[in-house]
Amino acid sequence: MAMFILRRVGIMILTALSLTFIVFFLTNLYPNLEKLAKTQGDFRMSDEEVASYLNRNGYLQPMAVKYGQWIGVLPGFVIDDRDGVTRGHCIAPGTAPEDAPRFCGILQGEWGHSTVFKEDVGKILNDKLALTGRLMLWVMLLMVPTALVLGVLAGMREGSRTDRTLSTVAITTTATPEYVSGVLFIAIFASTAVGLKWFKGTATGAMDQATFENFFLPVLTIALYGMGYIARMTRASMAEVMTAQYIRTARLKGVSFPNIVMKHALRNALIAPFTVIMLQFPWLLNGVVIVETLFNYKGFGWTLVQAAGNNDIELLLAVSVVSVVVVLVTQFISDIGYVYLNPRISVS
Amino acid sequence: MTKPDHDGPILEIENLSISFFTRLREIPAVMDFSVTVQPGEAVGLVGESGCGKSTVALGVMQDLGVNGRVVGGSVKFKGRDLGQMSAAELRDIRGNEIAMIYQEPMASLNPAMKVGRQLIEVPMIHEGISESEAWKRALEVVRDVKLPDPERILKSYPHQLSGGQQQRIVIAMALMSKPSLLILDEPTTALDVTVEAAVVELVKDLGKKYGTSMLFISHNLGLVLETCDRICVMYSGEAVETGSIKDVFDKMQHPYTQALFRSIPLPGADKNSRPLKAIPGNFPLPHERPPGCNFGPRCDYFQAGLCDRGDIPMARIDGDDRHFTRCLRYADIDWHTPIEAMAQHEATTPGKVVLKMENLKKYYEVAANALFGGKVGARVVKANETLSFEARESETLAIVGESGCGKSTFAKVLMGLETATEGQILLDNRNIEQTPIEQRDTQTVADIQMVFQNPFDTLNPSMTVGRQIMRALEVFRIGNSDQERHDEMMRLLDLVKLPREFAERMPRQLSGGQKQRVGIARAFAGGARIVVADEPVSALDVSVQAAVTDLLMEIQRKQKTTLLFISHDLSIVRYLSDRVMVMYLGHVVELGTTDQVFAPPYHPYTEALLSAVPIADTGVVKKHIVLEGDVPSAMNPPPGCPFQTRCRWKTEVPGNLCEREVPPVRELAPGHQVKCHLSQEMLDRMEPVITVAAE
Repeated sequence: MAMFILRRVGIMILTALSLTFIVFFLTNLYPNLEKLAKTQGDFRMSDEEVASYLNRNGYLQPMAVKYGQWIGVLPGFVIDDRDGVTRGHCIAPGTAPEDAPRFCGILQGEWGHSTVFKEDVGKILNDKLALTGRLMLWVMLLMVPTALVLGVLAGMREGSRTDRTLSTVAITTTATPEYVSGVLFIAIFASTAVGLKWFKGTATGAMDQATFENFFLPVLTIALYGMGYIARMTRASMAEVMTAQYIRTARLKGVSFPNIVMKHALRNALIAPFTVIMLQFPWLLNGVVIVETLFNYKGFGWTLVQAAGNNDIELLLAVSVVSVVVVLVTQFISDIGYVYLNPRISVS
Repeated sequence: MTKPDHDGPILEIENLSISFFTRLREIPAVMDFSVTVQPGEAVGLVGESGCGKSTVALGVMQDLGVNGRVVGGSVKFKGRDLGQMSAAELRDIRGNEIAMIYQEPMASLNPAMKVGRQLIEVPMIHEGISESEAWKRALEVVRDVKLPDPERILKSYPHQLSGGQQQRIVIAMALMSKPSLLILDEPTTALDVTVEAAVVELVKDLGKKYGTSMLFISHNLGLVLETCDRICVMYSGEAVETGSIKDVFDKMQHPYTQALFRSIPLPGADKNSRPLKAIPGNFPLPHERPPGCNFGPRCDYFQAGLCDRGDIPMARIDGDDRHFTRCLRYADIDWHTPIEAMAQHEATTPGKVVLKMENLKKYYEVAANALFGGKVGARVVKANETLSFEARESETLAIVGESGCGKSTFAKVLMGLETATEGQILLDNRNIEQTPIEQRDTQTVADIQMVFQNPFDTLNPSMTVGRQIMRALEVFRIGNSDQERHDEMMRLLDLVKLPREFAERMPRQLSGGQKQRVGIARAFAGGARIVVADEPVSALDVSVQAAVTDLLMEIQRKQKTTLLFISHDLSIVRYLSDRVMVMYLGHVVELGTTDQVFAPPYHPYTEALLSAVPIADTGVVKKHIVLEGDVPSAMNPPPGCPFQTRCRWKTEVPGNLCEREVPPVRELAPGHQVKCHLSQEMLDRMEPVITVAAE
């Protein structure tokens, strides 16, 4: 098992490196840099001025070298400029070049500087991830148990009225994207249009103090979408398990129906949806982007939109690193969990 | 839960009718079915697939699903009508008083639950005993079903056990609460012959030990003969004949029973002098049953105006013990007339050598870690070890062995799906062992063709039968135009005796036997000279098997084909093959003409195989040899002789030779070779396993 985990981690690191390199490459294409130079300097800069600005800030080094510096395995560049100022990747404004460390990349914990927020990317990530983490936690707490219960109830007697009702609900929620359901919820529960006004239409207040009133709608919007999907998967898997021969064996052993479902069917039925649930995590990032923007909840998704919209290269890179890590870690957990759930798969 | 004492029959089924309801119509699955099981009695329920025997079993269990319903008659268990019971009462009986053993042990055990948990559940539910007490009981029962190391077994998952061990666990589970009635639904169909023999032996012993009554469902008459006291033959939803084993086997009173016995290869049948007699026609679909006698249209004794008038009641045969038949003419039929002489054939003489194998070896390398490869700890599976033999024109060579003996690997190498590790395969003196199928020329591919075991999966479900055969012709580049190929396809349909209209049909509209004929037509499309038939009839019903076998023989006679007949069924091998090759763990342990292999001296493994095959003939006396344990894994074969772990003759060889050295190939008689250390003297002392008592 240890060997298996070690190998998986190795593969994960490799994948993370290649994925971040792709993002790095794309964000560092010349037109992008040109735009950056112009937003940082002056929109009327000539081509020469752009080149000299980029050169001064180390953007014109070879891609691999830049990537190495960003990661923190190559020493940061140091350029003595004509104007007598020594600029370097690792030299923060206001510190002497001699005091600066040689390496400053992600490995050293230096995520760079955000051009939009005028702040350290590391600090932004920290704050925003905490906010989004809270949102995700509640989404999961609402979504997973409800989805599993719905799926199991629907799947244990395939074709029954319960099954058809629950399946309709599940299909409806999955078929409604967040930007539709979010808008609908705001209109129904938070506006004067219907007049219910049970909840708040914005979650900005939830960033400091989350209450049921200001936090429930964004949580529900994300949860509903994923819930239908997981419920459908669970139902299909449950329905299949209930027709299996070993369920007949259990029935003809005299096991009562609730016990058949709980003891015999459940574990087998959960093997397939488990992977789906884990895959939902990165998928939820999607919803997070939409919902955070919609409810003006300034978390990770909202930051992503801001970074992308303002060509904030280092923030964008940091966001993508986090996304890659989230995807890979959930995959990893799903593989390990699968092994524990399904005794037929052995890794030793 | 205490079990009420009860005298009288354990199970009484009276005029039971079960139907399944679909949107279109009601489909009667079982009609007017009656059987009685006395305490301690074993009753066999025999019939072809679709005759309703499993439905009877589920009817007894009152577990017919959403669509099934009992529409008439009653099932009484110890005098209480099961149909009148509440769900809770039924639960008390299921698993406690009536237990069931299923066809596929792997599918019947919960894959995500340890074996022990599945076992102790039974007494915990029904008797309310504590977990530790139930565990003790489980240990005891697992020991009773003769599994080694019960503690370890109880703590393992089903997939960690072999097929035979799983079936023993299913049996143990059924015995956990000491039921009064055991229903066995084809309990050994998924198992190898030697394992089957051991399981059957076990069931018989346990039945005696626990005093359990049994309802034994099988399609195998030989197995029923070995296990049961009484038999009930079913055809198309009805019981057609019931009585004691002796009466039904020796004094059958129903034409279907007779036809069934004549279509299975019993000792004495021979493809040339005494061919099998297939039952003409097909099994009627449940909604297309004829009026009157269901068997009427296929019956030799059918009399229009009598047999097709109305329902036929069961008639009692006087003088016999509870012997009934559903035939109006049983008294008129002379049951002792010998089988009408079927067309006899000249024995064909084998021609020149077509195919030659020399020291063929096929090893697979299996990575220790299936997920990530890695050479560390890679193990070698020796699927084939030094195979050498020759096959001649118009000869049938049977390859016999249990699962895992390497017969399928051999077929793959011959077909070119795998390439050989060592040795050579000569087709007309050309080496083909290293040429994968993609690189073989059309003629070679057309020359070596295969008939597959499962006709249900090997036809493309979305292509008409004619189109599929035409496709094969295109691949073999036969015919210059579609018209020519179409004519050729029609000729092939004639060859396999399918009506020409079938060209336009889809595979799903065909029965199993008909599909297999299409498979045969496709194999012979390119004028194949060597046909590898991999268990071509084992997925088919008994009455169809004879017809398909017959067809293969006939085409062989016409086209002088070399037939490599892979099978585990020794009865059919004896019937149709000229020479037999017995394989065990990748080794050829015995090779010789059919007569040489089926008569002493045997290889010890052949001897055990022969003894394991159930024979449906009361006049046959068999020596009883039960092999212990399972076939060792090819990944980790025992040192020395591959069979030494299960061989009963091992002690006769001095100096542990069997454990040290692989025996050399010895020629006992011209063309008869054996891989065994036993001395000539010992071999000469061997007695025949099967003796037919003089009548």
